[in-house]
Amino acid sequence: MAILLIAEHNNQSLKAETHKVVQAATAIGADITVLVAGFNCAAAANEAATIAGVDKVLVADNAAYEHQLAENIAALVAELGKNYSHILTAATTTGKNFLPRVAALLDVAQISDVIAIESADTFVRPIYAGNAIATVKSADAIKVLTVRPAAFAAAKIGNAAPVEALSAVHDLGVSAFVSAELTKSERPELTAARVVISGGRGMQNGENFALLNGIADKLGAAIGASRAAVDAGFVPNDMQVGQTGKIVAPELYIAVGISGAIQHLAGMKDSKVIVAINKDAEAPIFQVADYGLVADLFTVLPELEQQL
Amino acid sequence: MKILVPVKRVIDYNVKVRVKADQTGVDLTNVKMALNPFCEIAVEEAVRLKEAGSATEVVVVSIGSSAVQEQLRTALALGADRALHIDTELNLDSLQVAKLLAKVVADEQPGLVILGKQAIDSDNNQTGQMLAALTGMGQGTFASKVTLSAGKVAVTREIDGGLQTVQLTLPAVVSTDLRLNEPRYASLPNIMKAKKKPLEVKAADSYGVSLSSAVSVLKVTAPAVRQGGIKVESVAELVDKLKHEAKVI
Ligand SMILES: Cc1cc2nc3c(=O)[nH]c(=O)nc-3n(C[C@H](O)[C@H](O)[C@H](O)COP(=O)(O)OP(=O)(O)OC[C@H]3O[C@@H](n4cnc5c(N)ncnc54)[C@H](O)[C@@H]3O)c2cc1C
Ligand SMILES: Nc1ncnc2c1ncn2[C@@H]1O[C@H](COP(=O)(O)O)[C@@H](O)[C@H]1O
Repeated sequence: MAILLIAEHNNQSLKAETHKVVQAATAIGADITVLVAGFNCAAAANEAATIAGVDKVLVADNAAYEHQLAENIAALVAELGKNYSHILTAATTTGKNFLPRVAALLDVAQISDVIAIESADTFVRPIYAGNAIATVKSADAIKVLTVRPAAFAAAKIGNAAPVEALSAVHDLGVSAFVSAELTKSERPELTAARVVISGGRGMQNGENFALLNGIADKLGAAIGASRAAVDAGFVPNDMQVGQTGKIVAPELYIAVGISGAIQHLAGMKDSKVIVAINKDAEAPIFQVADYGLVADLFTVLPELEQQL
Repeated sequence: MKILVPVKRVIDYNVKVRVKADQTGVDLTNVKMALNPFCEIAVEEAVRLKEAGSATEVVVVSIGSSAVQEQLRTALALGADRALHIDTELNLDSLQVAKLLAKVVADEQPGLVILGKQAIDSDNNQTGQMLAALTGMGQGTFASKVTLSAGKVAVTREIDGGLQTVQLTLPAVVSTDLRLNEPRYASLPNIMKAKKKPLEVKAADSYGVSLSSAVSVLKVTAPAVRQGGIKVESVAELVDKLKHEAKVI
C-alpha cells in the first residue's frame, strides 16, 4: 500500500487544506507521497517536504500545470496513480475538478468528501446535505478520495522529506486558461479561520456587510455569507458557506440575518460554538445555535463591535 | 449544434430527509421528488442557447427507474426537444452513470454536454468530470457563465478564491453552478406540449456497460444532533458568555 496525495497550492505556497489531507492520510497507514504539480512551484514543493508524515515529494514543474487545468493534472495523476493504493486530495474546487477525472481514467469510483477514515478501505461521508452519514467500503484496487478539510486537524510541521523532480508532461490541448478574478482580502481564509462571521439576506445590501468588518477585525475572523446574500449580489460567490459552497468548522461561527436553511447548515453545523443573530425568534438557525440573540442586526452589530 | 443535458431525479430540496431505522439508507417513501436543482439550471442554459440561435436541438437524458420520466417531462416542458430514458432499477454510482452517458455521447454526437455540478442526494460532484475523462473532452465545471464562439466555449467557473475563466475546444462538458441562470417556470401550455414530445426508452443493460460498483454502503446513520442552546437577552450577555462560558474569544 502507498498513498499519492495531491497538494493544493498557488505555485508559491501550500494551501492550508493540504496539511489536513496529510493528517487524514496518516490514518490509512501507508507511505505518503505528495505530488506538487504546477509551474515554478519549487517553493511549494519544499514546503510540502516539511509536513510531518510525508515520505516523499514529487514535483511536476511545467507550464501545462500552472493553472491546475483538470485535463492536464488528471492525465498526470492517473499515470502516476497506477502505482498507488490510494489517491487523495482536498475536497476544494480544485480537487473536486480534477480528481473525478482521475478516477474515471483509472476506471475506479471516487468517494467524495470523506470526513472519517475507518480503515484502508472503509470511509465515512455525508450525503443529503449532511442529513445522513454513509459508511462505505470500496473493493477498488485504487481508492480515490476527496477529503473534507474541515473534518481533520492539520498535520504538524517538522520533516525533511526528499524532493524528486518528474519530467513527464501531459498537455491535452483541449483547454486553456483565460483569466482569473481572485478576491483579495487581508482576512484569513474562510476554511482556515478560527472565527467566521457570516451575513445573510437580512443584511439587505452589500454596503451593510461593512457592519461585519469591525467585528471581524477584532476577532481575526473571516467573513462568509449565505447563498441568498451571494445570489442577491451583496458579496462574491467565494464567500458562500453551505452544501454547495464552502464547508467550515471554526471554533466560533456567528450567523447574522441568516434563517438557517438545511443547505446553509450543511456548511457550518460542525462549528464548535454557533451564535445566531436574527430578529425572528422562530428562525431555524436558533435550533443549532449555542447562543441566540433575537434582535435587529442593525442595532446589535455596532454594539457588538464596541463591546469586543 | 446539439446540446445533451443529463438530468437526475432527486428528493426535493425542501424535504428534510430521515434515515431508515435499519440503517440501509434514507426513507424515500411518499417523499416529494423533483428535478435536481443544478440540472434545472442546466436545462435552462441549454434552452437559452437554443433560443439565442447557438444550438439547434436540446436532448435530455435520465438514468433510473420509470419514475424519472416525470422529470424528463418537466425538462421537456422547460423547452428541451426530446428525451431519452435509460431504464434501470439499480442505484448507480457516478462512474457507471458516466459510462452510460459516454455511450449516449457516442450515439448523439452533441457539440456540448451541460449537466449539474452536483446531485443533491449523493452530493457526489463527479459525473461531469468523469464523462469528460471517458470521452476525452475538456471540462468547464461549476459554471457561472458560458459563452459560445466558433468551435470553442468560454466558461467562467466559481472557484474557492473567486472566478476563473477557461476556454475549451468543442465538444466539451460544462457543469452548472447556482449563479449560471435563474430557471423559468414551465407554463401550462408548455406542460401540455411536453406530453407530446418524443421520449425514447432504452434498457441500461443494452449499452454493454458494466453496471456493478465496487463501492458498497455498510450503513447510513443520522448525523449527531446539536443540542439547542440558550437565548441571550443582550449583546453584553452574549459577549460575557463567549468569553467566560464558551471561552472562544
Ligand atoms: C441546490 C441548492 C443549493 C443551495 N446551497 C446553498 C448553500 O450552499 N449555502 C446557503 O446558504 N444556501 C444554499 N441554498 C439556499 C438555501 O435554501 C436558502 O435559500 C438560503 O440559505 C437562505 O439564505 P438566508 O438565510 O440569507 O435568507 P433568508 O432565508 O431570506 O433569511 C433571512 C433571515 O434574515 C433575518 N433578518 C432579516 N432582517 C433582519 C434584521 N434587520 N435583523 C436580524 N435578522 C434579520 C430574517 O428573519 C431571516 O431569518 C441552496 C439552495 C438550493 C436549492
Ligand atoms: N442517474 C442520472 N441520470 C442522468 N444524469 C445524472 C444521473 N446522475 C447524475 N447525473 C448528472 O450528473 C450531475 C452530477 O451528479 P453527481 O456527480 O452524482 O453529483 C447531475 O446534476 C446530473 O446532471
